[in-house]
Amino acid sequence: MYSFYGTWPWYISGFLIGAVMLTLIYFGKTFGMSSNLRSMCSILGAGRTSEFFRFDWKAQRWNLTVVLGAALGGWLAVTFLSDGSGVNLNPKTVTELQHMKIDAPDGKLLPDALTGTEALQSPKILGILLIGGLLVGFGTRYAGGCTSGHAITGLSNLQLPSLIAVIGFFIGGLLMSWLLLPLIFN
Amino acid sequence: MKFIKFLLVGIVFGIVLTKSEAVSWYRIYEMFHFQSFHMFGIIGVAVVTGVIGIQLIRRRNIKDITGQPIVIADKEKGFTGYLVGGALFGLGWGLVGTCPGPIFILIGAGFWGVGVILLGALAGTYLYGLLKNKLPH
Repeated sequence: MYSFYGTWPWYISGFLIGAVMLTLIYFGKTFGMSSNLRSMCSILGAGRTSEFFRFDWKAQRWNLTVVLGAALGGWLAVTFLSDGSGVNLNPKTVTELQHMKIDAPDGKLLPDALTGTEALQSPKILGILLIGGLLVGFGTRYAGGCTSGHAITGLSNLQLPSLIAVIGFFIGGLLMSWLLLPLIFN
Repeated sequence: MKFIKFLLVGIVFGIVLTKSEAVSWYRIYEMFHFQSFHMFGIIGVAVVTGVIGIQLIRRRNIKDITGQPIVIADKEKGFTGYLVGGALFGLGWGLVGTCPGPIFILIGAGFWGVGVILLGALAGTYLYGLLKNKLPH
């Protein structure tokens, strides 16, 4: 059974994410999280060396505010809205992860093998996090958007480029998850 | 004050993504292995909600909050950038399990290690800015 303090069902969550996107459209904006990475680069001075970052990031302050709210929402959710019962995976998934020495969730959102205190002292894990982030940052900008901009907004607006991008997301994700991940974690 | 509404939308977004566990590395792994319907259900319902909402906006000529007509820009035409960029992002998504929104949500939720992913993502964005004109789009 679903509980407010446990995992929220996909049909409620999906509807609310759609509603978030529509609300931003109603506010005269568009839903897209990866643009904030570009704004942050500009704030950090990337415009000095690359023309791509010379734009009016101040016009993007609304989006940076959304991201600030999102971080706050994450904190609220884990602090006040969780009973620690979540992330009940398919048992088959848990067994597969075991073979890669990745700990079972037991209510955790992220594996300790990736972001636990001990893991964060391992150069290999730090390298994985950095390279993963690098791919996310580079890939989303190259594709002009991420899950929010393409998979949710773009597909909702029946955009062919977004469908191509989402197919790309899955090509990369499947390749990583099925072929590379078992080589990286063994 | 005009930013409050954006902060509230962000808070809702952060709570929903955390409570639906779309921010969870485990859920992304499970999705890519087709071992649960959960993530597909979330994205599917979000898109169906979006399609219906956007159709309603169009057909009823709904105005935005300031009374302006709502225009949703079409994505630029292209192929290579979308597919290759998308696949590179997918490799990262499959590896560290975070798309850009969840990076910030997880840091807010106290997963400090995700800060390393953020550093990488900023570096990746910067790298794209440097190489942009040399890449096929």
